[in-house]
Order: sequence, then structure tokens, then C-alpha cells
Amino acid sequence: MTCLPKTTERKLGLVIDLDTCVGCHACVISCKGWNTEHYGAPLSDMDAYGGAPEGTFLNRVHTFEVARPEAPPMVVHFPKSCLHCDDAPCVTVCPTGASYKRTEDGIVLVNETDCIGCGLCAWACPYGAREMDGAEKVMKKCTLCVDRIYNDTLSPEDREPACVRTCPSGARHFGDLSDPDSDVSRLVAARGGFDLMPEQGTAPVNKYLPPRGRDTLATPDLASLCEPAPAAAGGFLGWLDRTLEKL
Amino acid sequence: MFSQPSPELCPKVGDEIRKTTCYMCACRCGIDVHLKDGKVAYIEGNRDHPVNRGVLCAKGSAGIMQHLSPARLRAPLKRVGPRGSGEFEEISWDEALQTATDWLRPLREAAPEKLAFFTGRDQSQSFTGWWAQSFGTPNWAAHGGFCSVNMAAAGIYTMGGSFWEFGQPDWDRTKLFLLFGVAEDHDSNPIKMGLGKLKARGARVIGVNPIRSGYNAIADDWVGITPGTDGLFILALVHELLRAGKIDLRYLIRYTNAPYLVNAHDGPEKGLFLRGTDGKPLVRDRRTGQAVAWDSPDISPDLGNGVEIGGVTHLPVFRHLADRYLADDYAPENVAERCGLPAPRIRAIAAEIARVAFDEEITIDQPWTDFRGVTHEQMVGRPVAMHAMRGVSAHSNGFQTCRALHLLQILIGSIETPGGFRFKPPYPKPPEAHPRPHAGFTPGQPLDGPHLGYPLGPEHLLIDDAGRPKRIDKAFSWDAPMSAHGLMHMVISNAHAGDPYEIDTLFLYMANMAWNSSMNTSQVMEMLTDQNDDGSYRIPRIIYSDAYSSEMVAFADLILPDTTYLERHDCISLLDRPICEAEALADSIRWPVVAPDRDVRPFQSVLLDLGARLGLPGMVHEDGTAKFRDYADYITHHERRPGIGPLAGFRGAEGAGKGRGAPNPDQIDRYIENGGFWIDHIPSEAQFFKPWNAAYQDWAVARGLYDSPQPYLFNLYSEPMRKFQLAAEGHGHRQPPDHLRARLTQTMDPLPLWYPTFTDAETDPADYPLHALTQRPMAHYHSWGSQNAWLRQIHGHTPLYVAADIWAAHDFSEGDWAVLTSPHGRITLPVVRMDALNPRTVWTWNAIAKRRGAWALDPTAPEATRSSLLNHLIHELLPPKGDGLRWANSDPITGQAAWYDLRVRIEKAPAGQSVSYPAHPPQKAAVPRPPKNLAQHVKG
Repeated sequence: MTCLPKTTERKLGLVIDLDTCVGCHACVISCKGWNTEHYGAPLSDMDAYGGAPEGTFLNRVHTFEVARPEAPPMVVHFPKSCLHCDDAPCVTVCPTGASYKRTEDGIVLVNETDCIGCGLCAWACPYGAREMDGAEKVMKKCTLCVDRIYNDTLSPEDREPACVRTCPSGARHFGDLSDPDSDVSRLVAARGGFDLMPEQGTAPVNKYLPPRGRDTLATPDLASLCEPAPAAAGGFLGWLDRTLEKL
Repeated sequence: MFSQPSPELCPKVGDEIRKTTCYMCACRCGIDVHLKDGKVAYIEGNRDHPVNRGVLCAKGSAGIMQHLSPARLRAPLKRVGPRGSGEFEEISWDEALQTATDWLRPLREAAPEKLAFFTGRDQSQSFTGWWAQSFGTPNWAAHGGFCSVNMAAAGIYTMGGSFWEFGQPDWDRTKLFLLFGVAEDHDSNPIKMGLGKLKARGARVIGVNPIRSGYNAIADDWVGITPGTDGLFILALVHELLRAGKIDLRYLIRYTNAPYLVNAHDGPEKGLFLRGTDGKPLVRDRRTGQAVAWDSPDISPDLGNGVEIGGVTHLPVFRHLADRYLADDYAPENVAERCGLPAPRIRAIAAEIARVAFDEEITIDQPWTDFRGVTHEQMVGRPVAMHAMRGVSAHSNGFQTCRALHLLQILIGSIETPGGFRFKPPYPKPPEAHPRPHAGFTPGQPLDGPHLGYPLGPEHLLIDDAGRPKRIDKAFSWDAPMSAHGLMHMVISNAHAGDPYEIDTLFLYMANMAWNSSMNTSQVMEMLTDQNDDGSYRIPRIIYSDAYSSEMVAFADLILPDTTYLERHDCISLLDRPICEAEALADSIRWPVVAPDRDVRPFQSVLLDLGARLGLPGMVHEDGTAKFRDYADYITHHERRPGIGPLAGFRGAEGAGKGRGAPNPDQIDRYIENGGFWIDHIPSEAQFFKPWNAAYQDWAVARGLYDSPQPYLFNLYSEPMRKFQLAAEGHGHRQPPDHLRARLTQTMDPLPLWYPTFTDAETDPADYPLHALTQRPMAHYHSWGSQNAWLRQIHGHTPLYVAADIWAAHDFSEGDWAVLTSPHGRITLPVVRMDALNPRTVWTWNAIAKRRGAWALDPTAPEATRSSLLNHLIHELLPPKGDGLRWANSDPITGQAAWYDLRVRIEKAPAGQSVSYPAHPPQKAAVPRPPKNLAQHVKG
């Protein structure tokens, strides 16, 4: 049993825009590239070129279809990684203290040297956001690129998670969600950002922005926009002549 | 008490960053390659690069796994077993190059056309074409004919430019964006970045695609159209806009041939423009009623009324256009069923286009002067932009559909205006400013000119006096008169059939023609291995260059192994397929950021070596020694015209030359210092209205894009098409064969039209009720992704996606398999339900399926066992008509492969199905077995 901090100085996290995510998996692979090379054991790929490849990923994109009674189905791309919950059950369940939440920024990490690979945290996480590495048998999870965001060997604009830096459509945002004036908090307020599965009581830090309404186009019939309609006196050629005269 | 650990927060990413250009797809983003201990450790986007501004897609970020792929070829190979078996032995480069030289030299001396040299997704076409021209064979092209030539050619013929490398939406100003068809594979990061900009400011995105995946998933409005009917839908929008008068007449008069007078008299002049004695097209001046030269000062061109001269009536183009599209044929009610869309929805979209174009007009306070010398105080724009690529293009009515799309854009005045669609230099460039195609070959001599170009009439076809095609792919023949990119997909089939003649050596680069890049894959493999009675092969010799152990490797006699993209020089050249932006001229390089660890060589350097051994003009000095050390040397020193070379930046002795200047020996170093690219911004007054903007035209001449200003008008009406149509009607001395007359008369219409795809026209819906399509996954590029341990975990097999009604009708459940049958073949795939589809369309992912033994994958890989290519269902020919002729399954104008015309029927596979069909026997791998598990990590 590991304790959570009562409060954290900041709440760093992601805001993911489901209206904009095209499901391209750029975030998935840039995460894989960075975290294979950094933070603890590399992310392995078992049976990499075989019949049942199974690699470790800290971020995956799922795709859902949403049926609607009076409109065509919607398709929503849903990137998912650790939500760095305030009330993180993966931390409290850890028997060795390997899983912990940082007091200064709220990032949930696994200290791999203390991880015994028991997998309890993955069971406790209602989001399925943790993956046991097949080769190292330690628990892997999103670090919010803790080794990028404070990394003074990187230029200041690069001190953000790899997934945010790479996202081509700008659907991923990073910042301090405890600060109501931060860009991410403003975005959440403006766009109705929501918690994933709030009923689980995990108080996730990451937020999702909902897809905007789809298939709402209902503009009046074109002819009613026109004054006078070309169909009036003289027909199309008459309209043409009158209009050319005015040019 | 718990003490919080202190993870390392500031690890060094690497020892060095080397900036080069990605090649995980054709997008050409800038990348930062982080090296640790001389090895590639991490790849991310280059923030300064004009294409991607720092972002990078899944493919680009997985470049390290492509660079380390176990499928990389290791040394030149000579075939030792039967063709197709994959049995090779490694040989030296000396032996490989000597073999190739011994095969090619006699061809050049006796019959250069017997070399067919076709390159695939080649980014050095201006170089490979130059090589082929110097060799003297007429048979060269790249992969455009089976990709998107309809889009490219329709754009050039209509408005002097097209999408992607030719132009882009004005992402920063557009308020309404319409996206037609699958577009996820080309220009991928810029489109995603653009969509992100639109979403961030709440602009509306309308997606027109039978499948709501990828970009269509985030479209605010989705139009689930029936495949092959986009042209009809677009012309219904045109009908609505005309009916409401929501068109930009001022724009049409100033910038298009809408006022040109067209001869209405039956005979050889019918449909041609009325011209003055100096050849200038004439328009009717409303003030005088007289026909005057189109560019006469102070006239008021008429769009409705014509003139009568000597008893012959001449009506303006616009009058023809209005008569056609105002007809009831194009009324929304009359196209709704065919397009699979409710008529009110079509009307609503037309109304939204009209509202945004005209009620939300935008202006930029930037004076500019047009080519007539008139100065305008502002730049006025219609903020409606559109994009399309392969989806509308890969149909047998694709060329005319692309023309229809451009017609729509032009009618609302949104091309090259703020908020609309903008050309990227060196475009705009009208068809007249492009070369004509050439096929004049003479033993021992170079070809008489560039292979590819834009014919302006039958006089430019590449046919002999008997009307027979001069090229092996029959490009620029009556089969496909405007085939501006050639027809690579017909080469193997034609060479095997000896139609129009037999060849000796098929030389392919980077084109997986024995698998996903060919229609009719199973039979193509047979064509490649088919033997004559004496045991010789029907296609006598095959040379192939690839970096990886692709399916095609097994079918070659000689393999020239290429490097990966991180081990080579390349130039993304203005002579070729540049990376310019609407507001800037730009080009870029690749350079070897690491050295190859195998006995492989960059293909372009090998080609120069081969050229020198063959003594090809331009590749040897007078004493016969090689002129270029390698491709980098060529990039630096080759001049296409005096002062114009492969790279436009840092030219001249001082490196200050932009576009023009003498070769600079330090040019590549300057590119490397600059981050791998060069960019030169267009002046503010030249940013829009480029075809007509005097400041742009002068800037383009200064940069060497043209040698004199080339202002022109858009071709709503295509006179070159009318010339082909006249020939089909019996006029002129170059006449098409009789069996093609009716088709040419119908399809070569000088105004955009829609006709059913050839397959739809000839298919009984009772037999084949469904359309079948592929979508291009954003995380893969053609066949390349499956060798990549990271990307293959995203897309590793090809489920067939089936909508609710079909699912229910066939009683499918999860885990079932379907049999998909076309008039040509049959495949079996696992099914997955997806309702966000056109209800008569099924689909799967493109090019994920692999043959057993290829790409260093285990034979049990799901790419081989739970995947199939739709290619097996698509023939390169239409079903026989009983006339003994071979009718290509292609667009009749450009020859573009009609991949998306496919019709199928679906059945539930018998219980127990567990492996996809067809299951070709494994080919022997050309590379060692891959490692079992990976934990990629570069130790510092």
C-alpha cells in the first residue's frame, strides 16, 4: 500500500481534443520512440516480425463508432494514456511503493527498480492505461515525458511531451490544470472539457474535449438566398445580362 | 516514510542532430535525426521546416525501425533458381554492374526501345527520366499512371496546377473546406495541420467519402457518396449555383475562357475557338457587339450572347456551360439516387458554398497589378477551399470528375484568391508551358526529347503512321491520349502480350509490381515467370532496385540493392516534385546522416555509374571517363539549362543565387547548414492571383521558373480535348481506330461531364451489387509499413468492413469471414461491422497484405494469413467484349488505373475459415530471419 500526496503543487496533464483527432497514431509512435530510448527499460516488441506481435505502448488510439437515431453514425478517435489521476488507485494498490504520484507536479510514475512486476496496478487502473513490458517484466506507463518537460538540454519550446510536440492536427495540449488561467484550463472551460469515467472517483487530471456536433448543416434552399432569382424575368440569360451590365 | 525517487530529468537525447528529409512516405517532411554514438537514436520533426513545422506522423517517427528493418537487402543478388522462387546468390558490385552493362549495351546499339525503365514512388524523376532520355528508350515513366494522374492532368489542363505538390488550400483563411475522397496518404502532415487550423477556429469541414474514417471522422458534415459518382454530385452543385446566380462573373470574365467564342458550325472547326488573324481567341464586346481579341483593352466581354460571322454562329463558352449544367439532368432530385444522397442535402451544401463564398467574402488590403496593367487596390477572396486526391481520381471517369471539381472552384472565384485554393511555385503553369511528349528513338542516340508532357491535340500523340503506339505502355496513344504520367500498370501485361511489341529488359526501381502495385496480382506473377517453348522467359530480363526484400525481388534476375533514406543523397527538386508552399519557393535534400552497414549503394549513384559504363551522353566526358562521381556530384553540378540545376538555393560561386546561378561546389553543405532545405518567400504583392499577377510573373522569371512571363486564362472549356473529339468524329488526318471513336466522342468532351464508370456501365447489379474500396492508412505508406515492428502493430491485417444491412442480410457475426467475388477473382477476409459507410460499399486497408516470405516477416504473420489485396479482384483489362481487343481498365483520357471502379458480391465464408485466400506459396526470403524480440535502445 502506497500513499498519495494530499495535494500537489501543480497538476500537469494533457487536454485531448476529440473533435480534431484524426486517428493518425503519430502520438503513439513518437511516444514509443522517445520512451524506448529514455526513462527506464526500453519498450519491447515481442514476436516483432511474427504471427502475434505484442509490444509495449504507453499511449494507444482507439476508434469508436457512435450510432445516432436521426443522423449518420459518427466515428470518434480516442487516444488514451495514463490520466495522472489525483486519486490514483494504481498508486495506492502498489505493494512496494514503486508506483507514486509526484508532489510537485502530480505526475504518476513507476520507479522501475522497485517494481516487482506483480501487475496489481494495471488491474486497479479503470482505464487500462498501464502495460507490463514483455521483456523486462516491469510496469510501463505514460511519464508525461518527465524527462523532456524539465530537460534543460532541450530548447525551451521542446520541453513538452513527445506526443504533444508531434501531433500534426494540434489535437493534444499540455499544461497545468490546477491553474485556472493556464491555456489548457481555458480550453477546457471554453469547450466543455470532461473527465473520463468520473464515476470511478479517480479524479483524472487529463481532460478530453468532446466532438462538436456533426451533420448539422441545414441551410435554407439556395434559391431563397437570391434576389432576384435568375429564374425571374428573362430567365438565366436575362439575369446574366443585367448582372454583367452592373459589373 | 516514503521518499520520492528522483528520476533523471535531463537526459541528453544524443550527441548530434542531423537534419534531413523524411522518406517514410512521399510527404517530404523535415526531420531531426538524433545520433548517439554514431547511431540513429531518435527522430522527430524539424520545427523550421516549411512542410511540417516540427510535427511528424506515425510513419516518420517510426523511421528508425525502417532504417533498422530486417528486410533490408544486404548485397547485389543474382538469380540462381527459377524466377519467382527467391533463390539468389550474393555477387559483387563489379559483377552486378558488368552484368547490367552487358545486357543494356546491345539494346542501346540496336533497339533502345527494348529497355523498359519504370520507376515507382521515385522522388528523382527528373534524373531517372534524363537518364532514360540519354539512353534513348521511349519507355520510361514513374508511378503516376496508377496513382493520381487524373487529378494532376485535369488540374494542369484546366487551371495550370493541381493539388498537393501543385497547390494547397489557404488554410489560414478558408472558412469552408470540402474534402473529396481518400486523401490520407498524400500531403499527409500538411493536411492534418491544415485541418487542425480549421478546427481551432471553428471553420466547417465537409467530407465527401463513402467511408467515414480518418479525416472524414472529424468532418463536421459527412457525405457518404456512392463510389464513382462524385462528378455527378459536383455538377449538381454547379447546377444549383448557376440556378441561383451564385457565381463570380467578374472573375470568370477576367481570368477564364468563359467569354471565348466557340464555333457552332458542323465541320472541322466546330467546337474550336473563333480566332483573329493573329491566332488570338475572340470574345464578344457587349458595348459594340463585335468579336474582338480577348485581351483588348476597355472591353466588356459577353458571356451570354454570341456573334454570327459569314452565317456561322459562335457562342461564348459560358453559354454552352450554362446550357449544359442548368439542364434537369443535373438537378439534385435527378442525381440523388445515383449518388446515394438525399436531394435536400445536395441543396444544403450548394447553399453553404454560396453563402460562404459570397456573404463571407474576405479582402486583404494589398494592391496588385494584373497582366493587363490594371492595378487593384485589394485582394478579394472567396473563402471556400477544396481538396481531392486519389479517391475521385482512380476511376474511369476520374479525369472528367477532377475537371468538374475545378469547374466548381473556378465558378465561385476561389482559385488563387484569399481563402480559396493557392498554387505553389513553380505552378501555376498552363499546359502550353509544359513540354510535349516524345518517343523518337534511334539506335545509339538519345531520345528526341522528354518522355512525358501535355499533348494539345492528335498531332502530339506518340503513334506511328499506322496508328500503333510507340510506347510499351501505350501512353499518348488513342487508348489514353492525355496520359501525362505514362501507364506503369500496363507495362508488364503489355510486355508479356508483346503488344504493341516485345521488349528485352524490364528495369524497375522501387515499385512492388509483383504485388500491391499491380492490378491482377496473381496473373502478373505468372506473366513475370511465363516461359516460351524454348524455356526462355516471355519477358527475357528483369533488373530491379529496391532497399528491401519486397515481393518483387523474387521475380528479378539481377538485384541492385538500394540504401535506406538515412544513408543517401537526394534532392527534392523544383525540376521534379518540389516542396514549395503557396507563399514560398522551397527545395530540400537528403544526405547520408549515417553510412550504410551493408554492401548497398544509392540507386541514383548506381544509375550514373551504369550510364558512364554505357557512355551515355551527359554522363561521360569526351575521353569517356565518368562525368559525375556520384549522385551528390550530379546534384551539385548538373545544369538542365544554363544556370538552372537540380537545387535552386545557394547557387553561384558566392552561394547567393536564388533559382538561377552557376553550380556552387559547396551547395550541399549550405543546405545541410540550413537544416536540409532552402526557402525563398514570394513578395506580398505577388502572393495571390499568380497566373495573372504581373509581380508574380516577374518574380517567377527572376527565379528561373520560366524564361518569360506566362500569364494565361483558365480553361473551363478545353480546346485540346475538343481536338481529340473532332478526330473521333472523323475530322483531321490523324484518326483513331474505329473501335475507339464512340468512346472518345463521349469522354473527350471539352466541358466537364459525368458518365458511369466503365465497370458500373457493364455490371449487372444483380450479380455484383456492391462497391469495394481501399482506404490508405495514415500510419503506413503502401507496402513499406509492414516490415516496421512498430507500425505493423497498428495495422497488421485487413478486415473487410461491412455495414449494418449487409451484415444482417448475410447473418455475419464477429469472427466470421467473407468471400468477396468480382467478375475477375475471389478473396476471403475476416469481417468487421462498421456502419459509418455508404450502405452499398465495403472496404479494407490498402497494401497491408503481404506474400509469405516477403519483407522478412514470419510466414504466420497476419499480413499473410488474415489479409488480402483487393488487387486480386481488379483486372488491368475490362472483361472481354467479344471483339478480340484488350480494353484497359483505365480512364480513357489519361490511362489512370481505375482501382476504385471495382464491383463485388459478398457471401459468408463456410464455417471453419481461418486463413485468407488466395494463399500464395512462400517465396524464399532474400534476407536472414529477423530477430524474435526487440528492445530498441541505443546506448550512449
